Amino acid sequence: MRLFANANYKFIEKRRTAYVVSAVTVVVGIVAMLANVALIGSWQNYGVDFTGGSLVQVHFNEDHGVGPVRDALGGASGPEVTRFDGENEFVIRAPLDEGASVDAVRESIEGQLEAAFGPGSFDISRTELVGPKIGAELQQKALLAILFSFALTLIYLAIRFELRFGMAAVIATMHDILITLGFLALFRVEIALPTVAAILTIVGYSLNDTIVVFDRIRENMAAKGARKLDQIELIDRSINETLPRTVLTSGTTLAVLVALLLVGPAVIRDFSLVLILGVMIGTYSSIFVASPALVEIRKRMGDGDRDRKKRRPQAASV
Amino acid sequence: MHLVLEVDDSLGTLTPEARAAGIDQAEQVLRTRIDEFGVEEPLIQKSGAERLIVELAGISDPERARDIIQQAAFLEFKLVEVAALSEQQLARVDRAIVTSIGVDSLRALGRDVAGPTGDLAEVLFGGAEAGDSLASDSTAVADSAETAVQAEEAPNLRPFSSLLRIGGDAPGTYLVAEEDVETARMFLSMDAVQNALPRNLSLQWGNDRESQAARNYRRLFTLVDEAFMTGEYLEDAQAQRDPQFNQAIVNFQFNRAGGRLFSRFTGANVGEYLAIVLDGEVMSAPVIRDRIGASGQIEMTGAPIEEARDLALVLRAGALTTPLRIMEERTVGPSLGQDSIEQGEVAGIIGLVLVLVIMIGYYRMAGFLSIIALSVYLLLVMGGMAGMGATLTLPGIAGLILSVGMAVDANVLIFERIREELAAGRATRTAVDEGFGHALSAIVDANVTTLITALILFQFGTGPVRGFAVTLSIGIIASFFSAIYVTRTFFLLYLQGRKASDPISI
Repeated sequence: MRLFANANYKFIEKRRTAYVVSAVTVVVGIVAMLANVALIGSWQNYGVDFTGGSLVQVHFNEDHGVGPVRDALGGASGPEVTRFDGENEFVIRAPLDEGASVDAVRESIEGQLEAAFGPGSFDISRTELVGPKIGAELQQKALLAILFSFALTLIYLAIRFELRFGMAAVIATMHDILITLGFLALFRVEIALPTVAAILTIVGYSLNDTIVVFDRIRENMAAKGARKLDQIELIDRSINETLPRTVLTSGTTLAVLVALLLVGPAVIRDFSLVLILGVMIGTYSSIFVASPALVEIRKRMGDGDRDRKKRRPQAASV
Repeated sequence: MHLVLEVDDSLGTLTPEARAAGIDQAEQVLRTRIDEFGVEEPLIQKSGAERLIVELAGISDPERARDIIQQAAFLEFKLVEVAALSEQQLARVDRAIVTSIGVDSLRALGRDVAGPTGDLAEVLFGGAEAGDSLASDSTAVADSAETAVQAEEAPNLRPFSSLLRIGGDAPGTYLVAEEDVETARMFLSMDAVQNALPRNLSLQWGNDRESQAARNYRRLFTLVDEAFMTGEYLEDAQAQRDPQFNQAIVNFQFNRAGGRLFSRFTGANVGEYLAIVLDGEVMSAPVIRDRIGASGQIEMTGAPIEEARDLALVLRAGALTTPLRIMEERTVGPSLGQDSIEQGEVAGIIGLVLVLVIMIGYYRMAGFLSIIALSVYLLLVMGGMAGMGATLTLPGIAGLILSVGMAVDANVLIFERIREELAAGRATRTAVDEGFGHALSAIVDANVTTLITALILFQFGTGPVRGFAVTLSIGIIASFFSAIYVTRTFFLLYLQGRKASDPISI
């Protein structure tokens, strides 16, 4: 069996369509983020990992419904209560006051629930308490981590390939992160530590995919007589040659992720969803964003052949 | 159970060096304590210079574990200020409370804050000429005209001092009725109150309950703020039952340097009261009858012997030189954890089977060889993770999935290349060699960039994100090894005994 044997799709010729698709998706995401700023006060639905605060997941032996639980914790002015997956399992999110001990929140929730439903009528199945300082640091660190990985990837690719390959790869990765963040904002998926890990996984996956395509482009360019060929055609050929691999690898990764989504534990669901989305975006971007970006950069910066005579600086023209 | 601890420096008095030293010492102390507590495979590691991460698996009683860890066992010895607070000093405290939270909020507390007219009220607001004396007494109060007017309406507000009763039997102590303890605690935690207290004195709670005339009281000690000695000199501690009064006691022993300090101090302060303060609570305050050498005793009135044992344990394992604060805590109940792991395992197995079906379906024999390489890869990763003591967290699973994807990816790259070479008309063996050779650069570049991401994550990440980075790094290295060497070895075995031109199943 062979998928895409001798495929010859004109990906680069269609790049303007891809630009429109990407632009629309990115704009939708940005609008969603802006809407979130207006509606919920922050770009994303940050969980306790980022804002600091506490999360207590309670499993009741009997089904009380969400109303009584909310009432027991002080009604509308109390912490946020949501149903979790099962019938009588609830997630309670409470803010953490400045300087308050993290234990105090859990104890007070436990106390209030015991007062309302009696001791022993529930188990606490999960607690998470994050100090506000840690949350703020995490936001900063996540951003720094992404920026540094961009910088180092750029340097590595500039050495192994050429600077323009690195730039194109970083553009494609930024594109993927932006779209993923837009999606998260649109559906207000809670941004917790696993979500961050998922986003970083996407960074890794997307880079991986892009580099395999770039590697083939580089190889084809280094081949005899490649200089005389039309560059766009050469890039198209490289994408087509790597197409079976792209589809197969995405396929196996998606197969594992879909299994996690359908059979895996509920806590991992958001996370699997973000990864599935990311793998699809990453595959799309390595074909429709990274390679076209390379073409565009070449157009503006020349093909960067060091052996040729130094070009005079010239105004960018398309 | 996952905890992130930091030196509690809420007063902001410690230098970064002191905090770092505190964390270093805490790391040692917690290691010993957790070992004694008997948790299997605890993970205690420093994160940055000022943080400590503690991971305990399979804890059935997180409450007790938390106590053992956080129980700072911050032992201090302080002198009791026998004269307690003067009425002026108490008045200043009362005034600070009234000014900072206002009369209305005090009333809202529902407490009888206006005590009977007496000397204290006189001192407080100067009797009838309340308004005038207020203005001259305290500029802060005068600034707030509203408060002054309200204070005039209720001239004898004594929110704090009205809660106190003179301790009677023990000098330098007050009694606070059990139902007032919360309110008094709240007052004492206010910055304004702390500022109003004399600089060298502090009020600290006693740990036991006092029963008088059918009411329960907590003791509040007036202590000289500066501790003359802390628990760092402690060498040994043993729990015992005092045969005479049948109460739990903890005997402790100082090292030589500590013994010298202790004996010098007690010798100089015979007749004074010595407060033994553990984690901010006064355990006992015996009178110093004579110079005491290297050993002492903590009486734990009314406490069960188990509590004395736990205390002796934390004291013996080492007292923290600085208290610790929990910055982050995650616990997963046994039921949820077990369910999640089972579901995760099922999902992982289904995922692997799918990969297996795809690979064998698409590449046949070669696919089968790649599955063997993948098994070797999984063994390597599991072994590597066990070797590094990493725990499999949710983000860890993510790292594993990505690296499974990449482990297959390396094989896919090689096989595709071999197919291309075969399609270009090369002989089998040449095609295999060329395939491995040409795929190598793509595999190296892809793996190195991902490794870069992983290393940065490790540098910047905390807790679970670090776990993810570790898993990912191990996975990348293992996948590289298994794709290049393991698959190749099996391929060579498979090719053995075939003619160079025989077709292969790929």
